Amino acid sequence: MEQGARLPHYVSDAPFDPYSIETLTPEQERFFLASQWRMMWWRFKRHRLAVGAGLLLLGFYLAIVVSEFLAPYNLHSRHNRYIYAPPQQIHLYRNGKLQRPFVYGYRLHLNLDTMKREYTENTRKIFPVRFLCAGEGYRLWGLFKGNLHLVCPSRRGTLFLLGTDRLGRDVLSRIIYGARISLTVGLVGIGVSFLVGLILGGLAGYYSGWVDSLVQRLIEILRSFPELPLWMALSAALPVDWSPIGVFFGITLILGLLDWTGLARAVRSKLLALREEDFTTAAILMGARPSRVIARHLIPNFMSHIIASATLSIPSMILGETALSFLGLGLRPPITSWGVLLTEAQNMNAVALYPWLMLPVVPVIIVVLAFNFLGDGLRDAADPYKA
Amino acid sequence: MLRYLVHRILVMIPTLFVISALVFIIIQLPEGDYLTSRITELQAQGEKISHEKIAFLRQQYGLDKPPLQQYAHWVIGMLHGDLGYSFEYNLPVNEVVGDRLFLSFVLSFSTIVFTWAVSFPIGIYSATHQYSWGDHGLTFIGFLGLATPNFLLALVLLYFANVAFGTSIGGLMDPQYLDQPMSWAKFGSVLAHLWIPVIVIGTSGTAGMIRRLRANLLDELEKQYVVTAHAKGLPPGRALLKYPLRMALNPFIADIGSLLPQVISGAAIVSIVLSLPTTGPMLVHALQSQDTFLAGSFLMFLAFLTVVGMFVSDIALAMLDPRIRLAGGIRR
Repeated sequence: MEQGARLPHYVSDAPFDPYSIETLTPEQERFFLASQWRMMWWRFKRHRLAVGAGLLLLGFYLAIVVSEFLAPYNLHSRHNRYIYAPPQQIHLYRNGKLQRPFVYGYRLHLNLDTMKREYTENTRKIFPVRFLCAGEGYRLWGLFKGNLHLVCPSRRGTLFLLGTDRLGRDVLSRIIYGARISLTVGLVGIGVSFLVGLILGGLAGYYSGWVDSLVQRLIEILRSFPELPLWMALSAALPVDWSPIGVFFGITLILGLLDWTGLARAVRSKLLALREEDFTTAAILMGARPSRVIARHLIPNFMSHIIASATLSIPSMILGETALSFLGLGLRPPITSWGVLLTEAQNMNAVALYPWLMLPVVPVIIVVLAFNFLGDGLRDAADPYKA
Repeated sequence: MLRYLVHRILVMIPTLFVISALVFIIIQLPEGDYLTSRITELQAQGEKISHEKIAFLRQQYGLDKPPLQQYAHWVIGMLHGDLGYSFEYNLPVNEVVGDRLFLSFVLSFSTIVFTWAVSFPIGIYSATHQYSWGDHGLTFIGFLGLATPNFLLALVLLYFANVAFGTSIGGLMDPQYLDQPMSWAKFGSVLAHLWIPVIVIGTSGTAGMIRRLRANLLDELEKQYVVTAHAKGLPPGRALLKYPLRMALNPFIADIGSLLPQVISGAAIVSIVLSLPTTGPMLVHALQSQDTFLAGSFLMFLAFLTVVGMFVSDIALAMLDPRIRLAGGIRR
């Protein structure tokens, strides 16, 4: 071939987009553009058990807003003729025919040998269960008068679905009211420990040096203390003449003040890592004050982790309150929590004769499990960028 | 190793001092002291107490001195093995507590051994059979143990054991051994009674241990050296036990530290329900009646047990893992 002659070559004249390899499918685009919180939500949704637990807890917390409406009886209403009555069963069939739900009345017989009250079903007395009905009057949140209940006993009958206690109070209603205190103890307590943990952990992680070692030593000392005895000692120190509400806040404060160590540790280690990142240096160089650097640049980065670990420590508070109240060192009546209810089942007699008095433990177990599963899911979702 | 040991001991001493100060402050927190509550009680019963007698008692118990001096007296006494004086029992604390401290120790120790013995095989099983029915089921049971309040479990077990065996299993030994010196028969009786509290307290810690061992072992099993071992035809049992398990064991040892406070807490409340002659029931009572030195000594003993337990776990960890002792004072 002659020198200088052009080599024949072929160029396709079909339209060509040089960026084709970089274009994203709509899904990918959605994924890459999603905010951190949105990605966490996607990841969290995959964890079925955690979603279920979250919904359950949401239901529980919504329920405590309207305890008065949900409970068939009031917290303190007594029924002198029904002391230690066993749970009344709901029946649907009578003489083989389907009916609206009803319960049979009780016939009381005092066994003079054992001095035990024996209740037998009186199949001739039929009390239909009413729904969305006017029952005992109450004051919603202590403010608004009302008497609407989700279920109530028939006008002349009773409805003790979970039995009654030694004063003839309906156990189910008391459990529903008790949820109010038991569930808020965990939240208020975690609020306190969240605040303390965030501040102390933040200081330790941000300043390091002697502040860090001081906080570290403090954490180590608090952690080497067995929790329950310390709780007992502190709640024994609460003045006897405090009002029940005061005791409630005292107890939550005690629970929270001893629980922050785990959170503080998590905050500290996250801060230590994030402090070295470029964006932090940039913020500091641009003259941001420490409070702004911490609040604006550092906290949003590890908030998800902290929320997850806080969720995981709520159960220990709920169990702690239950244990303290059970020992008589925690909340006192008339404040009613699940722990206070369980004090009724303190001896073998209760287990043997009135096992339904132990039922308040069921919601305790459910709530503790739910918080554990929810926390597990949140922890997995907290770091959505990890594979 | 020796350097590390010395370092850990030196860290332990100030920790114990701070704890003793904290304990003392907490014990002093309630208003008044044992005498004021005692005197109001006596006056309520219509008894008259002369001012001289009050002053005498106050001086006798050392309650007239400033708190700092009381504290110093208490700490120095403890260093000599003298735990102070119990107002309520009118006896030195040493005599009141008897073998309670020792039994508390026995109970905590057996509970930890139990927790390990249960969670170790279950953890291995769960990790090697990930997502199987067995894994899910065992994990769920573990969680259930975590979520059930200890005291209630204790009551229910107590009841069923009573129904099944017909004997009372409350307490920690048969009544006839109560004030007897330690003997083999007494030891056997203690063992026969020990299992209920041990199971009850153990359940709450087991779930955590299982999950941790499972997670660690799963991490190890994914690593390449395990794949290599399998590829080279190492029998599965050996390929599991020889290396991955050893690596996964570290946190297991390190966990004594976090397990101990939990076990001691659990023991306190379960002892009250089962009326075990350990520190728990007496501690609650002493706290309520403001028996300063008795309560203080109990709290101090429990904290001491925990600190020593953490020390032992740190030392064991350092023996297992050279990286930890070379890093000097840094823990975890």
